[in-house]
Amino acid sequence: MVVMKAMGMESDQEVVQMVGRDPRYSALLMPSIEDCAKEGIHKQEQALAYLETKVKRFSFAGASSENDGRVMTVLQDVFLANVEVCQDNFRPKCIYVAVMLRRIMDAILNKDAMDDKDYVGNKRIELSGQLISLLFEDLFKTMIAEVKKAVDNILTKPSRSSRFDFAQCIIKDSITHGLERTLSTGNFNIKRFKMDSKGMTQVLARLSFIGCLGHMTRIKPQFEKTRKVSGPRALQPSQWGMLCPCDTPEGEPCGLIKNLALMTHVTTDEEESPLISLCYCLGVEGLEVLSGEELHTPYSFLVLFNGNILGKHRKPQHFAAAMRKLRRAGKIGEFVSVFVNEKQHCVYIASDGGRVCRPLVIADKGISRVKEHHMLELKAGVRTFDDFLSDGLIEYLDVNEENNSLIALYEEEATTETTHIEIEPLTLLGVIAGLIPYPHHNQSPRNTYQCAMGKQAMGNIAYNQLHRMDSLLYLLVYPQRPLLTTKTIELVGYDKLGAGQNATVAVMSYSGYDIEDAIVMNKASLDRGFGRCIHMKRYCAVNQKYDNNTQDRILRPNRDGFDSGPMRVLDDDGLAAPGEIIRRNDILINKQVPIVTRGQFKSALNDSEFKSVPQRYDGPQGESCVVDKVALCSDKHNNLCFKFVIRHTRRPEVGDKFSSRHGQKGVCGTIVQQEDFPFSERGICPDLIMNPHGFPSRMTVGKMIELLGGKAGVSCGRFHYGSAFGEPGGHADKVEAISETLVRMGFSYDGKDFIYSGITGCPLQAYIFMGPIYYQKLKHMVLDKMHARGSGPRVSLTRQPTEGKARNGGLRVGEMERDCLIAYGASMLLYERLMISSDPFEVQVCRVCGLLGYYNHKLKTGICSSCKNGDNISTMKLPYACKLLIQELQSMNIVPRLKLAEA
Amino acid sequence: MSSDNEDTTSSSESERADSVEENATLEFIENLSDVPMGRLPSNIEFQRTRVDCKADAPIHTDTFQYSGAYSSMRVENSFLDNFCDNFRVEVIRLTEDEMEFDMIGIDPALANAFRRILISEVPTMAIEKVLIANNTSVIQDEVLAHRLGLIPIKADPRLFEYAENNTASEKNTIVFKLHVRCERSGQRLSVKSKELIWLPNGSEFPLESQDSKTGSSSKPKTYTSFTCSQDSLPEFSGNPIAPALGDILIARLGPGQEIELEAHAVKGIGKTHSKWSPVTPVWYKMLPEIVLLEDIEDQLAEKLVAICPVKVFDIEDIGKGKKRATVARPRACTLCRECIREGKGWENAISLRRKKDHFIFTIESSGVFPPEVLVTEAVKILEEKCDRVISDLS
Repeated sequence: MVVMKAMGMESDQEVVQMVGRDPRYSALLMPSIEDCAKEGIHKQEQALAYLETKVKRFSFAGASSENDGRVMTVLQDVFLANVEVCQDNFRPKCIYVAVMLRRIMDAILNKDAMDDKDYVGNKRIELSGQLISLLFEDLFKTMIAEVKKAVDNILTKPSRSSRFDFAQCIIKDSITHGLERTLSTGNFNIKRFKMDSKGMTQVLARLSFIGCLGHMTRIKPQFEKTRKVSGPRALQPSQWGMLCPCDTPEGEPCGLIKNLALMTHVTTDEEESPLISLCYCLGVEGLEVLSGEELHTPYSFLVLFNGNILGKHRKPQHFAAAMRKLRRAGKIGEFVSVFVNEKQHCVYIASDGGRVCRPLVIADKGISRVKEHHMLELKAGVRTFDDFLSDGLIEYLDVNEENNSLIALYEEEATTETTHIEIEPLTLLGVIAGLIPYPHHNQSPRNTYQCAMGKQAMGNIAYNQLHRMDSLLYLLVYPQRPLLTTKTIELVGYDKLGAGQNATVAVMSYSGYDIEDAIVMNKASLDRGFGRCIHMKRYCAVNQKYDNNTQDRILRPNRDGFDSGPMRVLDDDGLAAPGEIIRRNDILINKQVPIVTRGQFKSALNDSEFKSVPQRYDGPQGESCVVDKVALCSDKHNNLCFKFVIRHTRRPEVGDKFSSRHGQKGVCGTIVQQEDFPFSERGICPDLIMNPHGFPSRMTVGKMIELLGGKAGVSCGRFHYGSAFGEPGGHADKVEAISETLVRMGFSYDGKDFIYSGITGCPLQAYIFMGPIYYQKLKHMVLDKMHARGSGPRVSLTRQPTEGKARNGGLRVGEMERDCLIAYGASMLLYERLMISSDPFEVQVCRVCGLLGYYNHKLKTGICSSCKNGDNISTMKLPYACKLLIQELQSMNIVPRLKLAEA
Repeated sequence: MSSDNEDTTSSSESERADSVEENATLEFIENLSDVPMGRLPSNIEFQRTRVDCKADAPIHTDTFQYSGAYSSMRVENSFLDNFCDNFRVEVIRLTEDEMEFDMIGIDPALANAFRRILISEVPTMAIEKVLIANNTSVIQDEVLAHRLGLIPIKADPRLFEYAENNTASEKNTIVFKLHVRCERSGQRLSVKSKELIWLPNGSEFPLESQDSKTGSSSKPKTYTSFTCSQDSLPEFSGNPIAPALGDILIARLGPGQEIELEAHAVKGIGKTHSKWSPVTPVWYKMLPEIVLLEDIEDQLAEKLVAICPVKVFDIEDIGKGKKRATVARPRACTLCRECIREGKGWENAISLRRKKDHFIFTIESSGVFPPEVLVTEAVKILEEKCDRVISDLS
């Protein structure tokens, strides 16, 4: 109320009128009016004076304006900044506040009127352009401010020696550096907008084509993900068709990080003023002509444009229809949305950026505007998607406007009320979930798991993959196109850049090495190239230049003598040659570094002033890798830079991870000779065997259908489809049809074959479900992970073995392992593991004071440093960590004393 | 069998009384009218000789190798007794690289041994070592070598020895040369296996370490040490060694790309790597036998004929305008089980079976050997193995 008064609404009655004359509203407003009267605030000046006392604490110091003006500026510029105040006319702001008040009261009176903050229509996605424009604005204004300061500094000086040059005051490259820093670190730190978020820029994941594509459709929320809330994580009905319901990571960010669906479009900002004037032309009555009373008359709707109140319209439906007609005709932007909210008596028009919208086929009274001949033209290539849009056959709807339409899934289901028809149901999934065949037959979390795993699959990255210098690259030697495709796969191009192979899978138990999702692989298949992958890793070396005009040098390799072995791969220029087979500890580059790199300027150096620092290859032991390519370039400090790509071709081995497209991952349990493998009456021998226990609890029926469809596909020579929800639309083959094909080709309708055991030669006592399934090889391979050590490096602080594979660390006997050994009573083993193999240390303990002494090597006795003698010294063994603890405690003025007794 | 029994009883005096009693009961049982002696009851005989492929799962899939499996019924189950009389091989189809034959009167274990030997133990020649002098194509060296390794080579491995201690000689190594270049102005080029050229004189690449030391003394040392040219040997003078198929794609070259390499093929078996496997697949199936347990007539018969995708059934006239279904082509049965699929009502009328001692073998040769030679080779290896067992046991 005070605020209203401060904005010039001095009459209580007018405010009540504006909010609505319903006694319930006035009752809620009453306390505020009473408070106002109690404080003796009746006039605008009084209100401003009252607010002045409140605002002081928060206002910035050093504001030069007078006291009165400060509240005014806050009201003008900060309070509801989106409503413009021109010529001190606060009326629009008052109306806005009144509408807000009314909404609040509505929400108090009626819980249904509460807005849902997780509703997708209320969300905006920030795109890179918007973010960079913000960043630029900040940097530019900072620069201007700094320049102003500098210029003021110079101009206020009484005597200036040189001529004033404005250009000198501009700090060079400050904007460039600011942009570069933000982009390289990803930390947006804009004080002006109180923005401080990390990870705004990410390096595009290029590990797999699908991972790359998925990365580009990702949406990250701004608030921190540590909050344990379920609301924003839950699937929102309004995200239908806009955001993929499957593709979200597991764990902490589950449900917060989302991905766009296949056809989603994120809008960008559009020019507002023409649209505003258009609205007025279409009969919107401006705010100026409205009295407070008229604001809430029934049958006339408020018109809000991008969150600003434009005015009122008496015939909202007509107005909306007119706007939509103009949009379909292409007179206004195709992403402008018109949404009539009957409940709130409002018409929302939005042209702002960051809304998600998707295309839908327009239907008139349930009859689709897209006709047969349109589709024929599309197929012939005469018509494109944009033509559909400009001809008003298809339009983009955002989440809000979807609420004004009745969308039929298929044309057949349309009724007279239907306004739109879905283009295809499969578009409700995203790019990555679209790779799954028959996802609608799977248990939902399985699809989510596949979305996470598809990004780890090896295959093709891009058409230029062999010319790239990625730091890590996984390629499949013989990638294949999935036998069971989906429409999304074709749209995305996964059929051309596949990441997997069609493996003939037999679902049966075999050998016991297939428990817990492990798979049994056929050795002959591996011999012939199944699952063979190329692992490429980049190594860098720099020819550094130093301050004292010296620089590193690269020497010819010495062909014989010491080091000639590891220098085998070097070319005459001292760099590893492409095509050479390289082993661990071979030298990649024969580099020498000057010993003195600082201090005075030096010109030519002698050989003696260099020390040799060859870079060695630290690949896996016992494997032979190949130098794939070597590139020379210069880094940003203008140093010569060498990049080596080392290639390693690997065949699958026990422990490598594989996965089908249904969230069913498993490691290779054993590799079996072909003659031991079962075979069918047609001589087909599976590539891998999967345990049937993988099915009942996972409920991945889609995988079974994939197998059936794949089998029908290979036998009849046609790629089968399994698009999401595609059966009614003809984008997925039905199981009945697949079974018919199978029977026609002489297979059993259920996909089960009569199999002979390869070991006994007798038929198996069951028919085996066998057929091709698209299998992905995941990037987790044992070769990169396996690790063991005997003795090795230790940490200098505790003298315990180091940790981790990269540091050749030991394997920890942890708390639980220790518990096991205690429970078993294996005390000697425990002693050996925790003491002898870890950090044994001999200490001298004084029996009198219980403190640690030292060993005097001259006197050959232990001496207690506090008792100053060596009379009562005992020698004992302790873990070094224990000794360290005692000494650290001592340093904190805690005296641990050891009391020794005869054991 | 009975004589065996007497032997055991006579061996121990104390058990004699018991045995006499036992013999009496045995005799009693033998004299019962419904105990057929000397031959198995029909249901057990069925279990022994047939796999019954029911709609849900096949049953009686196992065989009984033990000769005394049916001794309680006085039936000798020894497989060897009349093996020589019963065993037959009938060749059904024989082409250059494919063969289908029936092996009749043999146990699945033996047939399987045969199959396993064909896959993994018949030696062939395959490229094992590739010396790449130049490869500017997009295909990686290892992948190229792998592809070359899988090319079947038409050379009789019986004329070669296994390569031991890494000395390549004319006795154990075949050397091929591949040198293709795509002209800079030309079209993209496909390198096919026919461009692998046999070098009867061994490797042409000089050994690196050697050529610096010995210089131009007599003959430069190469990666192979052939004492004589292979084509001077009588075995090869007539037929030069080459890949079995000429149109296997090895690589594709873009303009300006070149491959120059030497491939060394050695003798090996499929157990080590399947590139040495002489067959693409070899498999067998047991002879299908389809029995109509009930007469299926008229419309039902026509339905049955229509339902089978491989046309196993046919219709015969039994007069009076009546028609009856018959089994015309049981060999064609792929066991799709469409005829006994539930809901069709023929689960009990049709019995799909497999004969356990009749195997239809199919050998698809990779082109190294003609299939009939493969069979004889496999037999020789099996024989050798048996000899080894006998000699080791004795």
